[in-house]
Amino acid sequence: MPQILVEDLAKTYRVAERDPGLLGAVKGLVHRRHRMVEALRNVSFSLEAGELLGFIGPNGAGKSTTIKILSGILRPDAGTVLVNGRVPFTDRIAHVSKIGVVFGQRTQLWWDLPVIEGFDLLADIYRVEPARYRAARDELVDLLRLGPVLDQPVRQLSLGQRMRAEIAAALLHAPDILFLDEPTIGLDAPSKLAVRDVVRRLNRERGVTVLLTTHDMHDIEALAQRVIVIGHGQVLADSPFETLRANVLAERRLVIDFAHAAPDLALPDPTLPGVVVRSRRGQTLELAFDPARTPAPALIAAMASAHEVVDIHVGEPAIEEVIARFYDLHGAGEA
Amino acid sequence: MDAARPYLAAFSSRFLLMLQYRAAAIAGFATQCWWGGIKVMIYAAFFAAAPAAAAASPMTLAQVITYTWLAQALLSLTPWSADPEVALAVRTGAVAYDRLRPVDTYSLWYVRGAAWMASRALPRAALMLLGAGLVLPLIGLSDWAWKPPPTLAAAAAFAISLPLALALSTAFLMIVNIIVAATLTDRGINVLFNSLIIVFSGNLLPLALYPDWAQTALLLQPFAGMMDIPLRLYVGQLHGPEALLGLGLQVFWTVALILLGRFAMARVMRRLDVQGG
Repeated sequence: MPQILVEDLAKTYRVAERDPGLLGAVKGLVHRRHRMVEALRNVSFSLEAGELLGFIGPNGAGKSTTIKILSGILRPDAGTVLVNGRVPFTDRIAHVSKIGVVFGQRTQLWWDLPVIEGFDLLADIYRVEPARYRAARDELVDLLRLGPVLDQPVRQLSLGQRMRAEIAAALLHAPDILFLDEPTIGLDAPSKLAVRDVVRRLNRERGVTVLLTTHDMHDIEALAQRVIVIGHGQVLADSPFETLRANVLAERRLVIDFAHAAPDLALPDPTLPGVVVRSRRGQTLELAFDPARTPAPALIAAMASAHEVVDIHVGEPAIEEVIARFYDLHGAGEA
Repeated sequence: MDAARPYLAAFSSRFLLMLQYRAAAIAGFATQCWWGGIKVMIYAAFFAAAPAAAAASPMTLAQVITYTWLAQALLSLTPWSADPEVALAVRTGAVAYDRLRPVDTYSLWYVRGAAWMASRALPRAALMLLGAGLVLPLIGLSDWAWKPPPTLAAAAAFAISLPLALALSTAFLMIVNIIVAATLTDRGINVLFNSLIIVFSGNLLPLALYPDWAQTALLLQPFAGMMDIPLRLYVGQLHGPEALLGLGLQVFWTVALILLGRFAMARVMRRLDVQGG
């Protein structure tokens, strides 16, 4: 049986609504209007122990709701959730002692307490045996380079330091499953790299199962073996990262700088199938093409033989752009 | 021991942290001295102006004065407002993290709330004892001072009753916390309960000084056990079998409010929506 099993999960939120302005506020006193928002409908997937799964989707797609249900905070309206054979909400206390969770947008450390005292308190709350706690703590402090900030109150940490401390806090009780909800949000490049490095090591070296949501496609590229794309509360794709990339990333880009004004190509051209102009500005022309239909050398040769070319650059569309297009394709823009 | 470890740690961490807010303690002490002084003078004026009524009063002026200083000293032991930490967690969604801990959420909030109230009351009570119990007699104002309990039995009853008052107040605080968690705001609820607590805990006027026909109802209602019962035990106004009744009422209301709070909490957590992000 898989370690995490999710079947036909559904969750609806009840949202209070109000007309704008003073009149709306007064009307709200007498009669509250509510609207049902379907956060999840029919989400199914499963995860084996030791897998590293990336969850991507636009804001409001249902990623965080899924994590909150998996971690036992929210009760689903319908569907089955089993984590290590337990139902998270009903068996909450036994369940949460085996998982670690980080919500990138919130803090679990105590604002006024020094980092180290927050760790001590968590060790007490999780009833971690003192010797094992010290070993785990020292290792995490080392791994996440927290040594210099241990005695500082959490409120004085930079966002990057705080997030590293948050991740350490989620791991003190050595959970075998880690849920990370946007762990790199707002971080600078070195902090992002540190977070990714730790997550990768935990997964590869200790076999910790990781479920990660992010908007940073580089997180996914660097970490996830498998990706679930979610939109409008449904699973749109569930595939290895490479498959996703190959499916939506078939397109290449060719940027050409000409010696004179960029030529106005007559496209579509039967000798260059699948080539389209993306932009033409001054001496620069950007083409998009499908390498399976027109190989790059043929396209470059055609351009170079007809015009005086100064520089050529072949690239791929940015991964963010690919995902955005994928959302559009499935009608999953921001909810 | 291991079963209690998370709760002991949560209690002592909050308690020690709160003790560090010295400015708040001194400001609170100053306010309570001011009010205490005014109240003591008003009582003295009433007792002097109506000697016949004073003779028939269930409490002597000395008892009322000691009661007043104690009530001012222990003001923060009554659940004036929701636990600000819970209110903040509910607003920011950090309450999600409380649900991620492998502990009973009700007990976790309960010990944290008890620590919050106890740590606020302790420095204020110590300063008040120093001021009204020691400084006033030393400067020749012993008629206006906070006096020790009249008998050993009264002292013992107070020593049992005070922790019970904290337990009862915390049980009520939890009801307020749960209402905050359900409504997502602490504004209305704090205002609503403030006036009830001031009147019915005996803070405004010792409950024994209300008319006779109201006495039974005043003793039986839950707010009495938060302040009035321990204070009447201290000054010896409640003694013998009545003292046992007072302690019994404190236990009864504590258990009843904890059961009610647990029931309500389970319901609120069931339909808790932690939205956004």
